[in-house]
Amino acid sequence: MIPLSWLGGWSLFVKEVRRFYSVAVQTVFAPVVASLLYLLIFGQVIDTRMEVFSGLDYSQFLIPGLVMMTILQNAFANTSSSLIQSKMHGNLTFVLLSPVSPLGFYLAFVGASIIRGLAVGIGVLLVGWIGFDLTWQSPAWVLLFAVLSAAVMGAVGMIAGIVSDKFDHLAAFQNFIIIPLTFLSGVFYSIQALPGFWEAASHFNPFFYMVDGFRYGFFNASDVSPGLSLLVTLVFFLIVTVINLILLYKGVKIRD
Amino acid sequence: MSTPFPAVSFQNVQKSYGDLSALKGVSFDVRPGCFFGLLGPNGAGKSTLINCMSGLVRPTDGQVSIQGQDVIKNYREARRLVGVVPQELIADPFFSIRELLDIQSGYFALRGAAQNRWIDYLLERLALKDKSDALTHELSGGMKRRVLIAMALVHKPQVVVLDEPTAGVDVDLRKTLWDFTKSLHRQGHTIILTTHYLEEAEALCEDVAIMKGGELKALETTDALLCRHQYRYLRVKTMAPVASDALVAPLQSRLEEQDANGFLLRLEKDIAINEVLDWLGQSQVSVQDINSRDATLEEVFLDLTGEAQ
Repeated sequence: MIPLSWLGGWSLFVKEVRRFYSVAVQTVFAPVVASLLYLLIFGQVIDTRMEVFSGLDYSQFLIPGLVMMTILQNAFANTSSSLIQSKMHGNLTFVLLSPVSPLGFYLAFVGASIIRGLAVGIGVLLVGWIGFDLTWQSPAWVLLFAVLSAAVMGAVGMIAGIVSDKFDHLAAFQNFIIIPLTFLSGVFYSIQALPGFWEAASHFNPFFYMVDGFRYGFFNASDVSPGLSLLVTLVFFLIVTVINLILLYKGVKIRD
Repeated sequence: MSTPFPAVSFQNVQKSYGDLSALKGVSFDVRPGCFFGLLGPNGAGKSTLINCMSGLVRPTDGQVSIQGQDVIKNYREARRLVGVVPQELIADPFFSIRELLDIQSGYFALRGAAQNRWIDYLLERLALKDKSDALTHELSGGMKRRVLIAMALVHKPQVVVLDEPTAGVDVDLRKTLWDFTKSLHRQGHTIILTTHYLEEAEALCEDVAIMKGGELKALETTDALLCRHQYRYLRVKTMAPVASDALVAPLQSRLEEQDANGFLLRLEKDIAINEVLDWLGQSQVSVQDINSRDATLEEVFLDLTGEAQ
């Protein structure tokens, strides 16, 4: 039974899930297909020429990375696009006039972004299981990193959605920050294969820890310790949560 | 509902956007159960004041409370007490009208058969029942306005704020809207109305506040405001057109309007009609009819703000 004071936030969460579900072709199936194209092209071309971890095909290495990349990008897109659209259409006003608390608002949007991230991630993963003989060694790590990373990116998307005044701002955020950081996070390669400088630089990319920790759940092998990946991801989540709550409690850009 | 607190209390409310002061320390109370008119020219600060009250904008300084509940400290309670029909039309591309009302009810933790009946009642009363499965972008401007009204009333607020609800709205919808608003008022709801249609405000509002440049210029009952006005108006219908220079000086100085059928005089309230009749006689005007009336709210408004709405 949900306490009465949380029902408002719960309603917002359900609404946000229904929102992306109502356009599932665009929000779920299209990203799954895009990831499968990556898998088809990179996997087929590189499979026979490269072994990343011992005894592992490149396609098997690639799938968890693609799943995580899809989760990250879609969790980000869910909160950011929902917020900017609500601002543009004006319907954010309905939520702002309601007694939903800033924390309830935050949890609802981030919760919905986790659901979308997982929905898209599961879509890619299913193909991995069916077509590429993928197994997971530690499902708990997989699930933990999937949920936590989706939450992080949902929260990052929320910051982007709050501070952006128009779609152009959001596109800049997405194209110049999110996509480069996800592509450079070890989705397509092990960072140990990089030259020294770029390998060191990758350790400053928080997305790398999400991908690496997630991949550990499949192979029990990773570039850095999964404990360190979990710690970095948790700290990053804490930071973006605090930023969001400050923005929401102060009403920056949405109550002004 | 009986309450020891004002329906709304504004205490020294200030709002600045950079160097621009939108509200310069506005203080006044709205009586519970009152039909209250908040008037002012564009940029007077009416919408900013309403947004401060509804939580859409945070005041730079000062305090706003709804029935004693501070809109910042006790925002949950305050927002349950107020329903705002915003000035701008709002769209939602994902949900039907019925779904939007269900969702909005959920934000206020309102569920169940009683709430569904209330939503049905709102849809029926606002003539939206046939469109309950439509999306907002499929509706006309007037229909969208009705949806906003339904959304504002979904949680049965004690204080209903209508921010220019009849802007760009046809006669039919105006009538529907005012009938509904009057019935809410009769049930004890406090209604706060901003409008540029001053004849509507004059007909509906018991109390009127006039704002200009972020400051309160007047706040009185509508009757007191009209009585306080130092002029009354005399419409003189003539048998034939009269040139203004044919009128004696006291009439010329009080001439407000003139057309082929006669003219309108603005008279100080202490001037007797006999005196005016003498001036008309001296001007050799053949009078067909004379009609005297008090000032309208529009004339009071123009006098206080010095500009047209």
